[in-house]
Amino acid sequence: MRYLPLTDADRQSMLAAIGVQNIGDLFADIPEEVRLKDLVELPRRAGEMDVERQLGAMAARNTPASSAPFFVGCGAYKHHVPASVDHLIQRSEFLTSYTPYQPEISQGTLQYLFEFQTQVALLTGMEVANASMYDGSTACGEAVLMAHRLTRRSKAVLSGGLHPQYRNVVEMLSDLTEFPLNALAADPAGSEDLIAAIDDETACVVVQSPDVFGRVRDLSAIAAAAHEKGALLIAVVTEVISLGALKPPGEMGADIVVAEGQSIGVGLNFGGPHVGLLATQQKHIRQLPGRICGETVDANGKRGFVLTLSTREQHIRREKATSNICTNSGLCALAFSIHLSLLGETGLMRLARINHANAVALADALSGIAGVELLTPEFFNEFTIRVPGQGIETIEALARKGVLGGVPAARLAPDQTGLDDLIIVAATEVNSSADRDAYVKALQEVLS
Amino acid sequence: MSMNRGGRPTSAQGGCSSDSPTFTGNRALVIEEPLLFEVGDVSKTGVDLDEPEVHEKRLGALERSGIGLPGLTEPEVMRHYVRLSQKNFAIDSGIYPLGSCTMKHNPRLNEKMARLPGFADVHPLQPQSSVQGALELIDTLAAWLLELTGMAGVAMSPKAGAHGEFCGMAAIKFAQRAKGDARSIVLVPESAHGTNPATAALLGYKVRDVPAREDGTVSPDAVKEALGPDVAAIMLTNPNTCGLFERDIVAIADAVHEAGAYFYCDGANFNAIVGKARPGDLGIDCMHINLHKTFSTPHGGGGPGSGPVVFSQALAPYAPVPYVVRNGEEFALVETSGAAEGAEPFGRQTAFHGQMGMFVRALAYMMSHGSDGLRQASEDAVLNANYVRAGLRDVMTQPFGDQVCMHEVLFDDSFLKDTGVTTLDFAKAMIDEGFHPMTMYFPLVVHGALLIEPTESESKASLDQFIAALRDLVRAAKGNDKERLTGAPHHAPWARLDETRAARQPVLRWTGDAPAEAAE
Repeated sequence: MRYLPLTDADRQSMLAAIGVQNIGDLFADIPEEVRLKDLVELPRRAGEMDVERQLGAMAARNTPASSAPFFVGCGAYKHHVPASVDHLIQRSEFLTSYTPYQPEISQGTLQYLFEFQTQVALLTGMEVANASMYDGSTACGEAVLMAHRLTRRSKAVLSGGLHPQYRNVVEMLSDLTEFPLNALAADPAGSEDLIAAIDDETACVVVQSPDVFGRVRDLSAIAAAAHEKGALLIAVVTEVISLGALKPPGEMGADIVVAEGQSIGVGLNFGGPHVGLLATQQKHIRQLPGRICGETVDANGKRGFVLTLSTREQHIRREKATSNICTNSGLCALAFSIHLSLLGETGLMRLARINHANAVALADALSGIAGVELLTPEFFNEFTIRVPGQGIETIEALARKGVLGGVPAARLAPDQTGLDDLIIVAATEVNSSADRDAYVKALQEVLS
Repeated sequence: MSMNRGGRPTSAQGGCSSDSPTFTGNRALVIEEPLLFEVGDVSKTGVDLDEPEVHEKRLGALERSGIGLPGLTEPEVMRHYVRLSQKNFAIDSGIYPLGSCTMKHNPRLNEKMARLPGFADVHPLQPQSSVQGALELIDTLAAWLLELTGMAGVAMSPKAGAHGEFCGMAAIKFAQRAKGDARSIVLVPESAHGTNPATAALLGYKVRDVPAREDGTVSPDAVKEALGPDVAAIMLTNPNTCGLFERDIVAIADAVHEAGAYFYCDGANFNAIVGKARPGDLGIDCMHINLHKTFSTPHGGGGPGSGPVVFSQALAPYAPVPYVVRNGEEFALVETSGAAEGAEPFGRQTAFHGQMGMFVRALAYMMSHGSDGLRQASEDAVLNANYVRAGLRDVMTQPFGDQVCMHEVLFDDSFLKDTGVTTLDFAKAMIDEGFHPMTMYFPLVVHGALLIEPTESESKASLDQFIAALRDLVRAAKGNDKERLTGAPHHAPWARLDETRAARQPVLRWTGDAPAEAAE
């Protein structure tokens, strides 16, 4: 077997050195009646070519985003990633190392995590960030639990503009870890009164901007109202490129910012792995979940970095830990950090302008089609249209014409009303004017 | 000094010794690298993009004016990150025997497969008709996991081991609540991973310790004593964190079930028994599987992981959404609760469908090994750990006596007694010898624990070298050569780092202030 270096002769001499007769003696603690005598009923070993052939056949049954006019968003976005990013993250020293528990031989990982934390803080307009979370949705759940610890209150208020699957994650936590929740109804019209929902029991109010329907929101008034009641504002960003164009949550009074960082460096991956960002103010750091990297010096006074504040964590605190998390999304955080280093402020802001320009052009073109209505007057690179008929059927019909035209709102939130005829459409820098024309033509045909 | 014909010295004399400083601070291949923020420039970018045509903006009054993020061109980025990478130890550079972490070889075929556009470049919310192959892959991996574990159902979406633990315990809580049998206590042995009690506490359970007996395993009597009508579940790691198979596991499972509780197994060490025993035959109700350990998806400096959870018949209906169902050659994704008959999902743990990139890698690993190779891998992992045990048992000390171990071997620090050398010193000295240290001070039940997991990826020659080096270090610790250990590492690019300072004066981001001052 190509991955197993021991030879049969090695195995024999090693068994002799151990002082046992055969390999079975090393498994003698497994009770006889449950020890497997035969191989499990699965295929035998396969060479590289064979595995490539089988998995290649499965891959070929999917339509990659790059192969069609592609406008699907809602928490995961198709962006171009420079070739150097994937090359660098495949270096053995990054790919095949563990959590940096031995800082003397892990400064590569630790330094990029420190740089990542700084980049995330700058992007979100916050003071500090952790070393990443699994993804945006789980970061959102952890932020709600963090707000409980900080305020010693338990109620969470969720905006109806929050991504429905993020909302589902918080609903599940509310049910199973038992805290009260006020999740407002899905709000495609942008008419909810979030401030009225904040009361004296509220620990946090969770607001997404741009929201799941694409609407850009000013969070300042909500932050002020939350703070007046002693609650915290958790701002959610599912399209991190928007922070290249929009005022960051940190400048609008957010106490905790969570974001999905997948747009920068990571790619779609059918939904995972992605990378969650979690940023807050310095005064809250001891209630942060997850890994955190900090600066220090070595015994010779040389600057270096270590994982720190571990007294929050499960391996020290066990049942009193701030969360049960013991990993981050390290390699995705690296990809994010490399891509953002390439972009810099200049590149990111220009990329954001291109995204916005493409979305404006597409929104104008689609809303020019008879019967199609644009619901979101202010947006970044994603907006919602109302179509005559069902959104789910329209999207399927577009797919048959080779256009992946967006996400039907009803697929995301089948339990909500008033979403059946809505489609959420994203446009990014990868969309050409030909893609736009193809979408308009296909939608006209589908609706005629 | 010997010279070649060009007058060039051929011996090592006159070289730069480690205590003679260079002008730059660099040391040949080890080059100092400032922070990105110290080398980058906000006006610079490594991405060429054309400015869009002038158009009407619809950003409300929320336009951003600046960020403060530096950029670098591509050659500068390559150099920055390559230099950083050279400060990391990795599996590909040497033995990485972190007990409980399973640092085995990461096959590159798996990387290639995960990057096929049909897997890497598909969106989780595309129409299902356009992602049939992706759903087939998830379904195929699920089938392999069920066959290898002998269980009835599987949740694929958990993002990591701890996320999987939450999934399993949430299903237990949900199931008991559905039966009107809410319970408040979870049993956790003292040797458990910290994530176990943390997960139980997150779900509102009180944690009750179960002591181990003298041989390092849990006795059914101790479990019976701790069980009661308020006990919801036991969380047991098997093989346990001492590297031992819980040989009374079937009796433990029977006692747990008799008390109306469920058996959660922490599957972190499943890699020792793949193809040798099936959790379903042991009486386990749910178990997470760390794809990044057992099935070798890369650890990537701390993630991303993936933690699917397998369930017994009793718990399978409560598995979270989403999940894939197969109808003939068609695959469908069930994304919401209540959509399928007989299922009562406890909810959703994450947006989308789980760690697809890790699924592809894990399935490529499984298909490459096959049922025969997976079994051989378990056997070799256990053989290698026992070979290390045999090579060190006369000079190091084992807390529970010299007994056969599974995939990892546990030592305590009594062999260092009265030497003035600690477990930490011993581990740091291994760095100088070119090895990554083993897991230290875990499990907590053993004083000065040193937990070694060589994995099946090490050759006999590699293990012989490792054993010889550790024997030399033991001799140094017990002899007159202690400074080799107490001051270690001497040859790493950094000396020991001040972790106390990092925690007391937390600096979590670059601010442009003066660099940290030298320690006293």
